[in-house]
Amino acid sequence: MPLVKDGKIAADLFVHVPEGAELPGDGAILVPAARFLEDPEALLKRAGKVGVIWPNNRDLDDLVPYLDRLAAVALVFPIFRDGRAYSQARLLRERHGYDGELRATGQVLRDQFVFMLRAGFDTFEVRKDSDAEAFASTAKRYSVFYQPTGDGRLTALHRRMQLRHSESAGQ
Amino acid sequence: MTSPLEQKKIKLTGPSMVTANRTWDGVVIYRTAQQGWSANLADAAVVRTSDEARALLAESIADDVGAIGAYIAPVDVKDGGKIAPGNLREHIRSEGLTIDLLPVPA
Amino acid sequence: MYAYDELDRTLINERVSEFRDQVKRRLSGELTEDEFKMLRLQNGVYLQLHAYMFRVAIPYGTLSSKQLRALARIARRYDRGYGHFTTRQNIQFNWIKLAELPDALADLAEVGIHAMQTSGNNMRNVTSDQWAGVAPGEVEDPRIWSEILRQHTTLHPEFSFLPRKFKIAITASEHDRAAIKIHDIGLRLLKNADGETGFEVLVGGGLGRTPFIGKTIKPFVHGRDILSYVEAILRVYNQYGRRDNIYKARIKILVHELGIEKFSREVEEEWKLMGDVGLTLDHSVVEEVRSRFSYPAYEKLPHMPDELKQAAHDPLFERWRKNSVFPHKVQGYSIVTLSLKPVGGPPGDATADQMDAVADLADKYSFGEIRVGHEQNLCLPHVAKRDLPLLWKALDRIGLATPNVNLVTDIIACPGLDYCSLANARSIPIAQELTRRFANHDTADLIGRLHINISGCINACGHHHVGHIGILGVEKNGEEFYQITIGGRADEGAQMGTLIGPAIPYAEVADVIEDIVEAYLALRDRPEELFVDTVKRLGVEPFKERVYATR
Repeated sequence: MPLVKDGKIAADLFVHVPEGAELPGDGAILVPAARFLEDPEALLKRAGKVGVIWPNNRDLDDLVPYLDRLAAVALVFPIFRDGRAYSQARLLRERHGYDGELRATGQVLRDQFVFMLRAGFDTFEVRKDSDAEAFASTAKRYSVFYQPTGDGRLTALHRRMQLRHSESAGQ
Repeated sequence: MTSPLEQKKIKLTGPSMVTANRTWDGVVIYRTAQQGWSANLADAAVVRTSDEARALLAESIADDVGAIGAYIAPVDVKDGGKIAPGNLREHIRSEGLTIDLLPVPA
Repeated sequence: MYAYDELDRTLINERVSEFRDQVKRRLSGELTEDEFKMLRLQNGVYLQLHAYMFRVAIPYGTLSSKQLRALARIARRYDRGYGHFTTRQNIQFNWIKLAELPDALADLAEVGIHAMQTSGNNMRNVTSDQWAGVAPGEVEDPRIWSEILRQHTTLHPEFSFLPRKFKIAITASEHDRAAIKIHDIGLRLLKNADGETGFEVLVGGGLGRTPFIGKTIKPFVHGRDILSYVEAILRVYNQYGRRDNIYKARIKILVHELGIEKFSREVEEEWKLMGDVGLTLDHSVVEEVRSRFSYPAYEKLPHMPDELKQAAHDPLFERWRKNSVFPHKVQGYSIVTLSLKPVGGPPGDATADQMDAVADLADKYSFGEIRVGHEQNLCLPHVAKRDLPLLWKALDRIGLATPNVNLVTDIIACPGLDYCSLANARSIPIAQELTRRFANHDTADLIGRLHINISGCINACGHHHVGHIGILGVEKNGEEFYQITIGGRADEGAQMGTLIGPAIPYAEVADVIEDIVEAYLALRDRPEELFVDTVKRLGVEPFKERVYATR
């Protein structure tokens, strides 16, 4: 499965550690939330980066205390029409100030890229090679946005107000 | 979406066919015995056992590019082998609306 | 009218090219139907019995003549020469080809119309009062706020994959023509004691399998905070709404299961935590949107022009005027409803020729503006009273002057089993037969206001629960049967109707409705007592007795 990170296809440095499997001695790992919460301190102390795969039906409150020590948070799209992780992503970025890697995992397809970028994701485990290859062009598909999110893009309303001010300033 | 093949055991109440809509234009189509589709109900393959029905549905669903929403529907087989829709829904799909429309100039 | 600017135009063109790419990938097999389904639904494309159905949004029910002509063109070029206006200010085309849809969308984009989010589990077309901006006594024009919400909900990155569809309606009049109490969020525009604009916010209304009347979650939310408050509701719903069962996924079930108090606490908490996230609507922002609405330059006209006095001698004109013409906030003008319920016609349908003709009449008599109401009728919102006689003649020629607005033949009906893949029974032929039974306008006048609503299945697109008489199609052993409810209403006093007894077969429905109406005529205590008030006073028993005693 191709990984897109910061807009480009990239090698995945993280190893998904399935529930119950033994941890590799070093290297970057992504562990399921339940496993992480069993003994977060021990995991965070190990050599190598640690990221957590957070399910979309679990409150973020349990994760928040560890955010500044995590190398990645992966949010899950079990099917692409289950949109709970969009809310989680915005909360992590905009409310809890998380600025590490935010990864979308599960059923991740081309037609969600723009929404995911706007919600704060920067890394994507993409299902299909063709979608990963189309990432850059798809991400540019829209140039107008109506809602403010934490991604810093100006909204249509903002741009209108700016235009209005520059017009009145020029008079 | 669960595949219709997994949804439940296929139980037929009588002679049946597989019908769907054509992907590019939505037209009602029927699975033929020649592993193709026809817009004409008379060309529909008629199946009588659940194994036959399952096989016909499986090959219909496999044509994901050509057809959408394939399912098993009842047919009436008249004397002489002529096929008619087996319920009101299929009658409407095959024969068209049962209502008067506003007059639309040709 | 709201005028799209360059940004609005750019966005819908970008959406058209995205959808064109999606259709291309589907037809080439790159996308499976399973993957494509959600994508087409997000753009208003359903698969129905005979073909694809394409639903186009008419935000808050306002259309320009140019836009209506574009809809006529779609009907002619890509469909079979007609369209169907729905109960949520949309128009549906029934015979569209998937391969041609991107072109149809591109044509619509040229006049600022789109099909974004007219289906799918997202925030649907924001609807409002079809008399917005012209109704006497209105608090203020709710379309400004509807447009702000339309923009905010369009391609929302967080709420495009909700547990289920989500519908918002806004009214600014005491008499609710937008049916806000049967919406996921209903907004009633009002002024607080300081004269500031805000909203009473209702949540959790809806029909379908488990009908609920919306409950007030907050009696007053200031206008500047309405986006953040709505966003807080959506965020709670997105995270906690049920996704395990499609029939329990609407917000009404979450509100019901948590209780309105607990649900409102959750929303309140989320709203507080949100803080300032750029959603506050400063006065200048609201004024910026308001400035892009244009209003007619009304003339100073007499209340009772000579043309109207003369025409009053024609009883046919008078009948139509008394039925279909309503007071306007500006002296000398009227609001005119165009009935899309001709005797024997499919409720809510209009031909391409009728659409073109209405567009011409709107240019001539209504400042180029047309409205679409949830009753599936059209409306010309700014007609000078002196023009009413000429307008009437013109409407009559194109079959749009049936004087039955709000009467027994002004039936709301879903497409039913003639078109719809979800339906269990037909709706349109039932409506057509009823309009023939009550075709005599004197009889209909005598009966007075009476709303009949027909749905072909429990999904309730014909809003049968809130019809004064509701008719619900069900299937029994392969036959069409219909359950009858009475006493429902969709307005500010919204309530569900009560079932009168066992379902009746297709062939007997019209007889039964006639019996119910006859019973009402015998039971009402005076001619002014409406059907729904007689039911309220007497309950369903006398009607039940009349219907089932001989059956």
